[in-house]
Amino acid sequence: MISGVTELRVAAEIDCRGLLCPLPILRTRKALEGLSSGELLRMIATDPGSVPDMAAFSRMTGHTVEQRDEQDGEFIFLVRKA
Amino acid sequence: MGRDGTPDKRKRLALIASRGTLDWAYPPYLLASTAAALGMEVGVFFTFYGLPLLLRELDPKLSAHGNPALPLKVPFGPEALRDVAWPVPNVISANLPGFDSMATSMMKKTFEQQGVATIHELRQACIDSGVRLIACQMTMGLFGFDPADFIDEAEPGGAATFLEFAADADISLFV
Repeated sequence: MISGVTELRVAAEIDCRGLLCPLPILRTRKALEGLSSGELLRMIATDPGSVPDMAAFSRMTGHTVEQRDEQDGEFIFLVRKA
Repeated sequence: MGRDGTPDKRKRLALIASRGTLDWAYPPYLLASTAAALGMEVGVFFTFYGLPLLLRELDPKLSAHGNPALPLKVPFGPEALRDVAWPVPNVISANLPGFDSMATSMMKKTFEQQGVATIHELRQACIDSGVRLIACQMTMGLFGFDPADFIDEAEPGGAATFLEFAADADISLFV
């Protein structure tokens, strides 16, 4: 957890480690369907392509990537449902 | 969003899927499912060799001879050998009985190990997200397919059905 940042309440979490394009996007989309507007989803991926793709997903759909971290080759996205 | 807060008209993607081998099954199903995930309206016209991609029994094969640049990697054995993309001389891929089924299973294994979606998974994602799957009626008759052999979501139609949808498309691709 990042110090100094209020802990964000995550409504759901999905693990897309080891999956290649377009699975992280498809799983993210599916997981967001189960959430209410304003809720947060945490998605973890290892595909480096998920970084530009999640940015494009965010621009196209309006679901915002609030945070993106990289730790040991893993990309962690916090997505807020529009 | 429009100024009054209503969403803009959805972007539309129109694809023609004309090839039915394992490798060519990917572009239409992958692009269609991703476009739907991005909120786009998607329609795919399955025609000629692409039509079998709508069969209930979905089992596309690789054609090694049809893809001379195909890099085949052995999905088992020592790491050093796995990384080699073995060139396949046409004389072998065309004449060795069973070569294509072997190449198909090697490719599927590699896809699985690398974390690539299966064709079934991508097709299901298309179905779940409401992608229009138009099955070319003419091809059905031409190749003698029984309409009952196709998935329920396949919508029989012809060139005009597709073109009416594609006329308002933002992106149209022939794959």
